Amino acid sequence: MGFGTMEKIDLKKLMHGTVLLKKGFAKMQKGGVVMDVTNAEQASIAEKSGAVAVMALERVPADIRKYGGVARMADPGVIQEIMDTVSIPVMAKARIGHFAEALALQSIGVDMIDESEVLTPADPFYHINKHKFTIPFVCGCRNLGEAVRRIWEGAAMIRTKGEAGTGNIIEAIRHQRMVNCMIFELKTATDDKISELVEEYSQSYVNAYQTLTNITPTQNTRVFDDFTLETIKEEMFDVIKEIQKLQRLPVVNFAAGGIATPADAAIMMQLGSDGVFVGSGIFKSTNPTQRAKAIVEAVAHYDDASVIAEVSKNLGDAMVGIDIDEIPKEQRLQERGW
Amino acid sequence: MVKKPFISIGVIGIQGAVSEHIAMMQKVFVDADVDGSVSAVSKKEELQKIQGLILPGGESTTISRFLKSNDLLDEIRRRVQEGSLAIMGTCAGCVLLAKKILDTHANVHLLQLMDIEVKRNAFGRQRESFEESVTIDEWKDPFPAVFIRAPVITAVGKDCKVLAKSQNDTIMVEQDTMLAITFHPELTDDTRIHSYFLSKIQSMNEKKI
Repeated sequence: MGFGTMEKIDLKKLMHGTVLLKKGFAKMQKGGVVMDVTNAEQASIAEKSGAVAVMALERVPADIRKYGGVARMADPGVIQEIMDTVSIPVMAKARIGHFAEALALQSIGVDMIDESEVLTPADPFYHINKHKFTIPFVCGCRNLGEAVRRIWEGAAMIRTKGEAGTGNIIEAIRHQRMVNCMIFELKTATDDKISELVEEYSQSYVNAYQTLTNITPTQNTRVFDDFTLETIKEEMFDVIKEIQKLQRLPVVNFAAGGIATPADAAIMMQLGSDGVFVGSGIFKSTNPTQRAKAIVEAVAHYDDASVIAEVSKNLGDAMVGIDIDEIPKEQRLQERGW
Repeated sequence: MVKKPFISIGVIGIQGAVSEHIAMMQKVFVDADVDGSVSAVSKKEELQKIQGLILPGGESTTISRFLKSNDLLDEIRRRVQEGSLAIMGTCAGCVLLAKKILDTHANVHLLQLMDIEVKRNAFGRQRESFEESVTIDEWKDPFPAVFIRAPVITAVGKDCKVLAKSQNDTIMVEQDTMLAITFHPELTDDTRIHSYFLSKIQSMNEKKI
């Protein structure tokens, strides 16, 4: 995929922010646990427990749910303090479509940005054009269509949305299975079938344009930044062909949203996740350090049931958790983004 | 023609770019027409059958915690020191091979097998990560080196040979059967470093016989 800016540089010189570097960074996280932290002290506990990276945010999702209001990017001062405290990568969340928050996070030097539905979405029409950034992005998805759109938009890593802040794994499993089953379906798909999927998956850019202008875009209309509908479809076709060939997403794929126990982490790994994000699950439990270590072990030895059993012993109370049916659809974080 | 002996290689399969190393090594076996196997290893028993070990890139704090808790540090040291295991470390793996680490956040248990000193995240954070075409030893063509939050080798002992530099920073060193590389050959299509590692395993095996 060619996206201007980076390619035309003399090979002798150093190249920063390339697609290879962004996807490569994500690959280094594989088999690991990324932990949500709200301050330097928690970050330090996460690092000592074996986290591969920390995700800096103002409030963990369970508290965002509890307190309501608009959830935004964390205070850069706090993020900076976390970066100064730990040597592992530091990620931070920006609101969906809020490229100014993302630019601010890039400028202070966070290692990866999560364009996250856990925060209140900022742009009702568009996600961030992630190709324009030198640092990599991770984005959530509920199904293959969302994954393909985010990958096309430049995400270097995909995660399930799950339902953050619930301590309930059901939605993460739903999303992982939705992606897996569609990838399996692709195995025997003809190019005509893939073209149909491209029509379906690119529809949200068409809808945004129609809502904004009341005009139906043609193939040559720029419907997302500088990209015409035609270019989007061509490049999306290539993304889907690659998924078909690899029989997996062409970027690293993590589980997120509702992981509370070592067994939760293990089941997501068994279902094909490359690693896990744990949000409220650790610092909302009664014994964060022990639980953090247990989840790290569980991800590393996800296929060894005796390890899962061993590390699950005497962990104390997990976070309380919420039944999905108790959350009205319009209050579900996973409904954010498109 | 005499059949070349079977070679078994392990990649520490705890965390990081494990599948990339496995895929690249498999390609090298095919290209070199060598019978061999390469697989992820994470248990002590799995070390017994291998003659080559790759320590992949990932988070050095995370990987080293596991090497220690799974009792692998001593066994890897013993095998390398008795001359029955060749070892290659890339990025985080390079850090683990070092004798010393220049770091204020030293939550890392080192193998201390190579007489080198390293600095972690020496170029800075992810935005400072870069690709550069580098010259390795007397190899004819440059190598596409991918540096991701990479370390540099800040000092080398007399038994080490520096194989590559980026500007003034040492980025690849060998010592006996060991290779330390601060970048990620497994993320490219260039198999020459993995081929070179295979040749080191083969010459180690010949010496033993």
